[in-house]
Amino acid sequence: MISIKGLTKTYAGGFHALKNINLEIRRGEIFALLGPNGAGKTTLINAVCGIVTPTSGVVLVDGYDITKDYRRTRGRIGLVPQELTSESFETVWNTCEFSRGLFGKSANPEHLETVLRSLSLWNKKDTISMQLSGGMKRRVLIAKALSHEPEVLFLDEPTAGVDVELRQDMWNVVSALREKGVTVILTTHYIEEAEQLADRVGVINHGEIILVEDKDKLMRELGKKQLVLNLQTPLAGVPSQLADYQLELSEDGQELTYTYDTMRKSTGITALLGDLRAADIHFSELHTSQSSLEDIFVDLVKKSP
Amino acid sequence: MNFYAVKAIYRFEMTRMFRTVVQSIIAPVLSTSLYFVIFGSAIGSRITEIDGVSYGSFIVPGLIMLSIMTESISNSSFAIYFPKFTGTIFELLSAPVSYGEVLLGYVGAAASKSVIIGTIILTTASFFVDIEIAHPLVMIWFLLLTCVSFCLFGFILGIWATGWEKLTIVPVLVIMPLTFLGGTFYSISMLPPVWQTISLFNPVVYLISGFRWSFYENADVSVGLSLGITVGFLVVCLLIVRWIFKTGYRLRG
Repeated sequence: MISIKGLTKTYAGGFHALKNINLEIRRGEIFALLGPNGAGKTTLINAVCGIVTPTSGVVLVDGYDITKDYRRTRGRIGLVPQELTSESFETVWNTCEFSRGLFGKSANPEHLETVLRSLSLWNKKDTISMQLSGGMKRRVLIAKALSHEPEVLFLDEPTAGVDVELRQDMWNVVSALREKGVTVILTTHYIEEAEQLADRVGVINHGEIILVEDKDKLMRELGKKQLVLNLQTPLAGVPSQLADYQLELSEDGQELTYTYDTMRKSTGITALLGDLRAADIHFSELHTSQSSLEDIFVDLVKKSP
Repeated sequence: MNFYAVKAIYRFEMTRMFRTVVQSIIAPVLSTSLYFVIFGSAIGSRITEIDGVSYGSFIVPGLIMLSIMTESISNSSFAIYFPKFTGTIFELLSAPVSYGEVLLGYVGAAASKSVIIGTIILTTASFFVDIEIAHPLVMIWFLLLTCVSFCLFGFILGIWATGWEKLTIVPVLVIMPLTFLGGTFYSISMLPPVWQTISLFNPVVYLISGFRWSFYENADVSVGLSLGITVGFLVVCLLIVRWIFKTGYRLRG
């Protein structure tokens, strides 16, 4: 659906916001773009949407070039920006109607009603934007972006600073859009959100894409599983006969942690338990844990140059 | 052509005008009417005729010009600056609209407002002083040209401005003095020769002179030259706007 090749953006001051970005977004998928602050997420989105002029590179949306065929590409895209902006003195209805017209669509009150109802905004349709709460303003931005029935929706930090209820509403809207075949590109600080919604994940840092992977595969391959044992008697150190397991002992000597690879044929847990018994180490409790997408993301960003 | 976008922008801007009708229409009409009352009826009755026209009638074209120039600049500069200020400009920049369509919407709406204001002032003036329009078509042509040109100028100003102060500094420090010294209240033939020559460097002189000619057939400079200067100003503004959209100056990152 979106094909980005060799995209770079260097600002007048010399700052390289995007460095040779190559990325393919598939039709109908939910793609989560993760990255720390200043990584280039918003610049990348703005370049695709036409708000930022790329220094070089090619971006195609549904096969059309964003510069030469900007009418075709922009008409297919909806954007929910990170900043909470609003036409302060306009009603919710008017501002959504304006957005639809701006994107070249004739008035369609039925569609606007459906969008406003799906975002719990219907009873606020005649309210002036400046009288809305922050969360409601965020909903209006989403409604505006959906007002012209886009095929691609960019959500730039859509749930930043919103309450749990809206976040849930948002997730429902995104899921409904996926069912309709809308391609969604999502940037978020809430990794939980990406974990919950995304089909694929891309990580960007210092203006470079450092990884693009299927979310489940990523979590399977880069995710770690750990077995934690609560000991009956504290240890002063890990016995030498257990050195091969590379166990970590907590500071108080009460907890032993074994990290294992889920992709391997044998996890080594059975052997470890046998060796513990042989070393006369007893435990009162054990549990396992799996690293989240957040852990993976933090690891990746730390390792990137 | 994205007709729906032009319509959306135009409607949006016109709605804003009707929402702020006191500020947009009543205020300029009231302040201009005060000029008619003071300079036209009160003081004007003690001033001799200028080129065979009573003083009250003489100042009408100049006052209409003064009002539509300041209102055109104010309307269009605010229309484009406000979305920049609030951040809602992202939507315009990411929409499938050409710069011609953006101009049609914003400048079209701002010029419409100015024409409405000009018409109301003209009608109001007719209650205070005698007005005759010798060349109505030329008058309409000058009115439209001036409205569109100054709306374009205001649009440029709105894009250039990075703060509220900059937005008001040009109308107050440049346009207002040029208008007052451009023959709104007098004929430049009344000035000493040196000041007459200096006045000819003021482009507003040509606008007011041409507009006044369409009323009373008397002018400080030839009507052809007035028309040429007005069209020239329009073309320069269009070229600057074209450059702005091409380079993304103060719009796109």
